[in-house]
Amino acid sequence: MTPLTIIHANAVDYLVLATYFVFVLGIGWLARAKVSDSVGFFLSGRSLPAWVTGLAFISANLGAVEIMGMSATGAQIGLPTVHYFWVGAIPAMLFLGVVMMPFYYGSKVRSVPEFMLRRFGPPAHLVNSLLFAVAQLLIAGVNLYLLGIIVHALLGWPLWLALVVAAVIVLSYITLGGLSAAIYNEVLQFFVIVAGLLPLTIIGLEKVGGWGGLEDKIRAAASAHQGIAPASQQLSSWPGQALSGFHSPFWSVVGIVFGLGFVLSFGYWTTNFVEVQRAMASNSISAGRKTPIIGAFPKMFIPFITVVPGMIAAVVVTEIAHLKAGGHPAGGASGSGVTYNDALLYLMRDLLPNGLIGIAITGLLASFMAGMAANISAFNTVLSYDLWGSYVAKDRADSHYVKVGRIATVVATVIAIGTALVASNFSNVMDYLQTLFGFFNAPLFATFIIGMFWKRMTPTAGWVGLVAGTLAALVVAILTKGTLGGLSTGLIGIGGQGAAFLCAAAAFVVDAVLSVGLSAVTTPKPASELRGLVYSETPREERTDPDEATYPWYQRTLPLAGVALAMVIVLNAIF
Amino acid sequence: MTEEQRHHVAGAFDIRNVIGALLGIYGVIMVVTGLVSNEAPAKTGQLHADLWAGIVLLVVAVVFVVWARVRPVAVPKGAAEHGGEEDQV
Repeated sequence: MTPLTIIHANAVDYLVLATYFVFVLGIGWLARAKVSDSVGFFLSGRSLPAWVTGLAFISANLGAVEIMGMSATGAQIGLPTVHYFWVGAIPAMLFLGVVMMPFYYGSKVRSVPEFMLRRFGPPAHLVNSLLFAVAQLLIAGVNLYLLGIIVHALLGWPLWLALVVAAVIVLSYITLGGLSAAIYNEVLQFFVIVAGLLPLTIIGLEKVGGWGGLEDKIRAAASAHQGIAPASQQLSSWPGQALSGFHSPFWSVVGIVFGLGFVLSFGYWTTNFVEVQRAMASNSISAGRKTPIIGAFPKMFIPFITVVPGMIAAVVVTEIAHLKAGGHPAGGASGSGVTYNDALLYLMRDLLPNGLIGIAITGLLASFMAGMAANISAFNTVLSYDLWGSYVAKDRADSHYVKVGRIATVVATVIAIGTALVASNFSNVMDYLQTLFGFFNAPLFATFIIGMFWKRMTPTAGWVGLVAGTLAALVVAILTKGTLGGLSTGLIGIGGQGAAFLCAAAAFVVDAVLSVGLSAVTTPKPASELRGLVYSETPREERTDPDEATYPWYQRTLPLAGVALAMVIVLNAIF
Repeated sequence: MTEEQRHHVAGAFDIRNVIGALLGIYGVIMVVTGLVSNEAPAKTGQLHADLWAGIVLLVVAVVFVVWARVRPVAVPKGAAEHGGEEDQV
């Protein structure tokens, strides 16, 4: 086969792409040169208005998972995918703003490993740092894989070459200071992504004859082929059997609400300090609390530019429709057959004129690149300070750790090429990512939330709970169907997202039970050492904002959260 | 020195101006593409997607620049000294 490319980009598209990188690298350069007070102002944090941190907050998360994963899942199972937003994100974001943020803002905790060290001591810190480092490498692999398939789609290079090139691009992005103005870039990136994806939804709906036309086409496709989810399940968000993989509607709802809505999403949002730090950059506790809540408003409409294009792709794009009908069309961004991950790229090929293709490509490249760079950088920090600096080579000169950090960056990028190849084995990266979150976030959330609200929880319970919870998720993953590819035995007849929910639930329950049980028989830390780490030991004035009551209602945390919650309930009722 | 004098506005570095500049450039590119390309909009049916997208981008860009003009952000003097890299954990 000749190296036919999926996307035919022309000079205008490359002009759009180049313009973006001139902006981003220019801002990075200004940031490091510190040529202006104003730049410092926007970078130093603790001073930004809540709308900026709110947009950065969701933009930091609007990466590989959201864009490619959600459109892939939308193409595969239709509307139930919206649960990742309306059940799996908004409630947890509101909880983060209302309950957790005052505590984070008030205490001096700035990272998860740091919390573990001070709350539970070295063993829990070591376990958590190791798990965190591994998780970052695996997730960096997902971002790199998606970057690679875009390079492949643009240039037609084989996947391994595209991955190496993408890795080199990310390394130069980090080296040229691409991360030094993260908040600036994230807000810019948000608008570029919306400008690239919104036309897909509008042109796509225009093409299929509006929402009604889309429904008709999905019904026709579903009734013509056995083996895919019936149209009634694809066109209504509840009870969502197509998403959970459970046959019983009752257990499907339980699985979605408890597995996705509670364990996975609360675990993800409340312990993800890449996100939480965006809120820390705001100018007051009140603005910090409002950051995730303001983010929730655009977040609840993201499905309309990710899930809906996926659904359109499944009926408009020949290759994706063929795949969904049970075929194995050749081609695809990886070059080894079409997968659901390709839905968005094919739709862009079919619907977008040149220029708009450039904007869409820019948005995707920017977000995957920034996502991977953030993973690598997080890995780097944990490896050089939390692991190397605490357990291998203590008390060396700063230059030593900087050198370790540089080596770690390069090594992590090379490892990410390997984990990207692992990710490429999954037809839908979303299944893979949810499984990873089950391994890493669900036990962490259990340990975190119990340790934060129960001062009796002991250091031993802290690390044993984490280890046992992660192992429990691993065991369940091996017992289910296809979750870990060939490693899974299929003893429990559930695959896909349902298996990921099950892993997460098992990890959470095992961790919670062991944490409580072990705390009963081991010695807790004295209450005097828990100030700022446990809710009841943190003085009230450290976690409240005296000015909050003076603002009009639309600038106060609780009324805003109420409005967001009401809107999500309405959205759930409509779809 | 009064409180007023120790503050100045963020000006070109106000993030709203940066957003406005980028989206404005994109808007111009799309409008020009839409007007120049005589290729029939085969992909998009009747819709002149590039032209419309360009116009919308320009409108959004203008809104951001106007917003930054109308309500400028005050920057305390010496803010840059606190600037620098963010932690990424």
